[in-house]
Amino acid sequence: MNARHADTLESVALPLLAMGGALLLFGAFVWFGGKSPLDAWTLLFKGAFGDWFSWQNSLQRAAPLMLTALCVAIPARAGLVVIGGEGALVLGGLACATLPSVITPPANAFGSALLLLAAGAAGAAWIALVGLLRQRRGVNETISSLLLAYIAIALFKHLVEGPLRDPASLNKPSTRPIADALLIGGIGGSDIHWGLAFGVVACIVLGLWLFQAPSGFATRVVGGNLRAALLVGLPGTRLIVIACAIGGACAGLAGGIEVLAVHTSANAALIAGLGYSGILVSFVARHNPWVVMPVAVLFGGFGAAGSLLQRRMDLPDASVLVLQGFAFLLILASEALRGKLFAVRGRPAPAPAMAPIAPQVVS
Amino acid sequence: MTQEKFTAEFNRRDVLKGAGAALALGGFGGLAAAQAPITVGFIYVGPKDDFGYNQAHAEAVAEIKKLPGIKAVEEENVPETTAVQKAMQGMISQDGATLLFPTSFGYFDPHMLAVAGKNPNVRFAHCGGMWTEGKHPKNTGSFFGYIDECQYLNGVVAGHMSKSKKLGFIAAKPIPQVLRNINAFTMGARSVDPSITTTVIFTGDWSMPVKEAEATNSLADQGIDVFTMHVDGPKVIVETAAKRGKFVCGYHASQAKLAPAAYLTGAEWNWITAYKTIIDAARTGKPHPNFVRGGLKEGFVKPSPYGAMVSAPAKKAADDVKAAMLKGSFDIFKGPLKDNAGKTIIEAGKVFKQTDATLEGMNYLVEGVVGKTGA
Repeated sequence: MNARHADTLESVALPLLAMGGALLLFGAFVWFGGKSPLDAWTLLFKGAFGDWFSWQNSLQRAAPLMLTALCVAIPARAGLVVIGGEGALVLGGLACATLPSVITPPANAFGSALLLLAAGAAGAAWIALVGLLRQRRGVNETISSLLLAYIAIALFKHLVEGPLRDPASLNKPSTRPIADALLIGGIGGSDIHWGLAFGVVACIVLGLWLFQAPSGFATRVVGGNLRAALLVGLPGTRLIVIACAIGGACAGLAGGIEVLAVHTSANAALIAGLGYSGILVSFVARHNPWVVMPVAVLFGGFGAAGSLLQRRMDLPDASVLVLQGFAFLLILASEALRGKLFAVRGRPAPAPAMAPIAPQVVS
Repeated sequence: MTQEKFTAEFNRRDVLKGAGAALALGGFGGLAAAQAPITVGFIYVGPKDDFGYNQAHAEAVAEIKKLPGIKAVEEENVPETTAVQKAMQGMISQDGATLLFPTSFGYFDPHMLAVAGKNPNVRFAHCGGMWTEGKHPKNTGSFFGYIDECQYLNGVVAGHMSKSKKLGFIAAKPIPQVLRNINAFTMGARSVDPSITTTVIFTGDWSMPVKEAEATNSLADQGIDVFTMHVDGPKVIVETAAKRGKFVCGYHASQAKLAPAAYLTGAEWNWITAYKTIIDAARTGKPHPNFVRGGLKEGFVKPSPYGAMVSAPAKKAADDVKAAMLKGSFDIFKGPLKDNAGKTIIEAGKVFKQTDATLEGMNYLVEGVVGKTGA
């Protein structure tokens, strides 16, 4: 096996081993709780990917996560740890819901596109601000993005429950509902809305941009070593701000889609932590837009499976979070084995905790 | 129609043995319809053990689970997004539920209405929503309780027990349901002594433990000595107030266990009444009750037992009002009533019955409340 193949195989094997290990640990956890681990594993699979309903469930939950993960992944490629995607998401949703009261968009797909454009622009501006604050004023982007997310949420609540409130929304303060013609329906009669398509396209296109386009390469150079990048004459600040804006646009778009495809108006239900879940997705995907797709689906699967697990086994909602926790810990820990997994072949290997399923995966 | 459906389902599930016995016994069909087994789904927006809104539901569900022929499936911590649509659809497709209770206000529109449209044979009973004839489908409905009656009783007890004559109310958002509780509590207290005021703080959202603790402390610093609240989980407020040596009146469920020395009484839901009404209708094939409401008299709400420190006159005053409410001869919202800016809200002589829809759009704070409804 040549080195390149070993690398590829390892990139696939490591996360799979980690997932296997997480499932084993989860089984033990369930067993300690006095329930059957076999039942739990079966239900996990059935709930997440067992049939068409479960697939729809998982994919639907995955749709917004792809976009919010990109809000972490793209700035990360430019060297910034941005964790405030939630702020861009809620402002995107708000912009989308408010635009119809400013201009009258045509009641067709073009009108919907205009609303989504507004959503993306709002998100882009918000996260670009994070990049600017860091480049111009030296403010740490992790802290500022998080604090700006709190500000965005406060602003959102103030406007939705104050000046922009639809007087007809009594106990659930909301903006005025968006006209039916502007809403986004499901893909081909399924429950999955077109947000999934947006997510997949954004992941593919941004992956291509990062790994194939010169400007994407330049962004990665900036992220790898800013001083070296400046030395070879790359416009560091501009690339960083653009990367932030792209990430913010994705999160803003996610908010817009949530409004058009799910909520039909902007209200507090939009603040459901989708932006924060995106952080986890992006880190597990190691900030690779292409890998974000399967990881987001896996996350959607966790959510869907957790739902079934609660109903069938009376396990608390937190149990699926425990599984998620195990999965993260092991996926991040498995990085320590990178470059060693196949190097130790032929020798009595110090088996990692998740070794038992290794033969199936490798063969 | 519905009876046939239930019987068919019963037979399918219990296979031939049951069917054979049914034939042998004869007339079993009618019996089976009356006691048709049913799978019911319950969805909560928070944890089942929050000492508050969700626990009040979960406690009633635990009672429902003990009844024969009812299978209950539950899901907690379900946000008001597509997640709840999927939870509902999952209960229908994966668990065979034919009656769902989505219990959070935000589940109603658009989530429950969307799923109800796709499942015309499943019944949906939503907690708190405004089901409207002609606007919402017949297989959906809403139930709620007039818990402001218990908040009025809270106020009467608080009014007797307060030394500073200053009460505190920590609330999530200035929406009609919440304003109605603040107003009822204040009017209950002022029925004891018209010099009493209630200071209200809005935290901005249903579950903000840190802000709730800060609000409690800041009100305690201002000399407020009896607290009540309308947030999803009153735990933090009850514990903080008790720590500061103040009294509390609970809300949603009983928090007496958390602070036995500080807990005067409380306004509790008694959802079992509404659940039973709606489940019985489904099992016997009666039309779905679309608009279910009730107060103390109907058994939808109940006061917590009095704490040991509650004085005899306080108990007597509250019990007298309660007796009048149980007889149906007590109205909370009647003229003359002024808001806290001095404007007349209800003209003298005008009385709003609890069922009056006008009250469900309340947008004012009554005289004696220190605070503003916001924008």
